[in-house]
Amino acid sequence: MMRRTAYTVIGVLILCVMLFPVYWMLNASLQPSGNTLTAGFLPLHPTFSGYRRALDEQGGNLVTSMIIAAGTVVLSLAIATPCAYALSQFRSRWVSVGLLAILISQMIPGIVIANALYTAYERIGLLNSIPGLIVANCSSGIPFAILILRSFMLSLPPSLVEAARVDGAGLFRAFVSIVLPISKNSLITAGLFSFLFSWSDFLFALTLTTKGGVRPVTLGIYQYLGTQVQNWNAVMATAVLSAVPAIVLLIAAQKYIAAGAIGGAVK
Amino acid sequence: MVTLTRTTVAGRAKSRGRRHRGETLTKVLFVLPAAVAMVALFGYPVVKNLLMSLQDYGLKTFFTGVAPWVGLQNYSTVVTDKLFSDAMVNTALFTIGSISFQFAIGLGLALFFHKKFPLSGLLRSLLLLPWLLPLIVSSATWRSILEQDSGILNRSLMGLHLINDPVPWLNSPSVALIAVIGVNIWIGIPFNVTLLYSGLAEIPDELYEAGQLDGATGWRAFFYITWPNLRSVASVVLMLGVVYTIKVLDIILGLTGGGPANATQTLATQSYEKSFIDFKFGQGAALSNILIALSFLFAIFYLRGTRRAVDE
Repeated sequence: MMRRTAYTVIGVLILCVMLFPVYWMLNASLQPSGNTLTAGFLPLHPTFSGYRRALDEQGGNLVTSMIIAAGTVVLSLAIATPCAYALSQFRSRWVSVGLLAILISQMIPGIVIANALYTAYERIGLLNSIPGLIVANCSSGIPFAILILRSFMLSLPPSLVEAARVDGAGLFRAFVSIVLPISKNSLITAGLFSFLFSWSDFLFALTLTTKGGVRPVTLGIYQYLGTQVQNWNAVMATAVLSAVPAIVLLIAAQKYIAAGAIGGAVK
Repeated sequence: MVTLTRTTVAGRAKSRGRRHRGETLTKVLFVLPAAVAMVALFGYPVVKNLLMSLQDYGLKTFFTGVAPWVGLQNYSTVVTDKLFSDAMVNTALFTIGSISFQFAIGLGLALFFHKKFPLSGLLRSLLLLPWLLPLIVSSATWRSILEQDSGILNRSLMGLHLINDPVPWLNSPSVALIAVIGVNIWIGIPFNVTLLYSGLAEIPDELYEAGQLDGATGWRAFFYITWPNLRSVASVVLMLGVVYTIKVLDIILGLTGGGPANATQTLATQSYEKSFIDFKFGQGAALSNILIALSFLFAIFYLRGTRRAVDE
């Protein structure tokens, strides 16, 4: 018993070390404004001026990021779910081809996609647009969602859908009315990750926007960091606000997150 | 009578055939959107980059639409650039440094959390946080921690009298790469812990119980039971790690932007700069193709190596 308690204490200490930067981000965001970091270890005199400034300057960008991330979730799931079902239940030699393609896609650097999309977007007028960024972010959402959803759907007994088919339902009807409802948990997992990927995107925000109009918050932080940081508290307050989705998801959807991390990588 | 039966059978077969064809079509429709998306988001970029790398694709191209073919000239330009060998070395150091420490620390923590103790599950999932944060948020946070004059790291080290002068973590060419690798290790540990932990959890307890009877405890248990059973998971973790790390861009751009004095330039940051700062898309594409080729080479060698290991 003593020993197990000691383990817990060591575990807490490890966590404190690993999460110190996150604490420090919070601490620095509560300091008065300035271009130096004089914060003590505790925010004894917290001020919210950093947050006021962050919301003033980055509030719109936070909304932009939110819209893009939500759009990515909808589009990624709409495209990935039927495909995941097909890859898990249909018998065809194309299944292994599809899986191989998804694995290879993971090796393609974002900068390659950005290079190509920039030239294409430039021609069709999708630069500096929310739909353009949603489509680009689907490049991380779709393959991941297919892998996660497929690994869950592999465990669905084919008899489930066959029963509905005997009653005269078409393949698509059976998919919508039977497969989707039981896949709820894995859909949530895939959706959460698509959201996080898109919300965290920096590369596409940086390369596929050329002027002020559409600016996700990650780009806002990058521009704050520019050459010389003027107001650390506003930078860190924006960082905290941008970290909120990750923190909320981790707390609210703990089991989905761990399942996603494992399912997407190993299966 | 006979003919009647025959027609019915034929008719039924025909309708079944039609239904079968309709069904094949539905099945195709299940996959079609994803196939189109994969081609548009991965196939097209790869082909487009191959083509662009053989063209003089620059700022002018966007106005005139003309991109003359130049053969392999972009490749020879980027390879002979004096920054290229630095970028190659930095990419290798960044990848090897990040992966080896992420893996070693991740394995240590996974083994630790595998000893079931109160709150271990909760602590383990909270540990995922650094991995879930947007990379640019982590970069901003570490920028403030590593800040030379007022960052908390230097202030603490000086307070403890471990150093006399502040270390220019991100401002000196000789330490910047180490600092960037350090931050990337921090980001990658949670992923390694989670996957390795799931691998450990799948090793049946009976093996350890049987091993105990034969005197395999502690380190011996690790070498004779844990490691052999963890090998396949470990190899997946390492391969994904290399494939993901070799193309890292966000963290470096956020922390140093490739500087100071190009000390943290990698193939990925170089490719970004060529395309989006210098607007030489042909050269940027050439660099990113080299990056893809390295990634593929590694994966092929690796897969071959593991297959041989499995065969033996």
